[in-house]
Amino acid sequence: MKISEIIRHTEAKISAGNLTDDKNMEKAFSSDLMSDVLTLDEENILLISGLANVQLIRTAEMADISVVLLARNKKATPDMIELANENGLVILETPYSIYKASGVLYSNGLKEVY
Amino acid sequence: MALKLDFIIEGGNFSKAGKASSQIKKVLKQLDIDTKIIKSIVVAIYEAEVNVAAHAYSGKLTAGIGENEIEVVVADKGPGIEDISKAMEAGFSTASKEVREMGFGAGMGLPNIKKNTDEMKIESKVGEGTTLRFKCFY
Repeated sequence: MKISEIIRHTEAKISAGNLTDDKNMEKAFSSDLMSDVLTLDEENILLISGLANVQLIRTAEMADISVVLLARNKKATPDMIELANENGLVILETPYSIYKASGVLYSNGLKEVY
Repeated sequence: MALKLDFIIEGGNFSKAGKASSQIKKVLKQLDIDTKIIKSIVVAIYEAEVNVAAHAYSGKLTAGIGENEIEVVVADKGPGIEDISKAMEAGFSTASKEVREMGFGAGMGLPNIKKNTDEMKIESKVGEGTTLRFKCFY
């Protein structure tokens, strides 16, 4: 699923990065537990989270995750945006809850990691 | 060792945790190393940085990047670990509520460092601090 489709399905907006490289994501993982994200062996996945702090972006950077979706109207902070821009990450913000965003994306073909 | 990098890690400062792993990742990417191996290395280093920020007063991280391996030593001044084998158990944690709210402290850090590295050694003195060493070959 392309990033532009993720945006369309979840009524999201972009708060960092852009769509010049509208990457195709195969899988997604939803978690507020960064320790869990750091154990994933998959790359090129979408990370859906209710956590909006700089550790989320650091974790994504280390785990080779290039797109994160903040659920339930969580806003990216300036330091998150700065770090995302530094590392070429895309941050999306959706009004949907983690449950709804995950459900909508899953039913439209974005696969699970586990 | 072809290249040695030193970093200071501040205890309690989570916004800076990740600076060392981020910089080391940039260096490793310039070398011809498999991206999966780079990910394992930087995840281990990031976990170690978070551990120092979460538990210690201060720490020093040294990375020696050679032709076929990287060796990382993280030495901290802090409370130390009473029971290392317990700390290595998945799910065991002494992290504060604050650390947990940031998405860490689930007792997964040290086991994840072990999983992502080829060699790992940990020494600790209660009341003094902990030294973690690990190596990854590429």
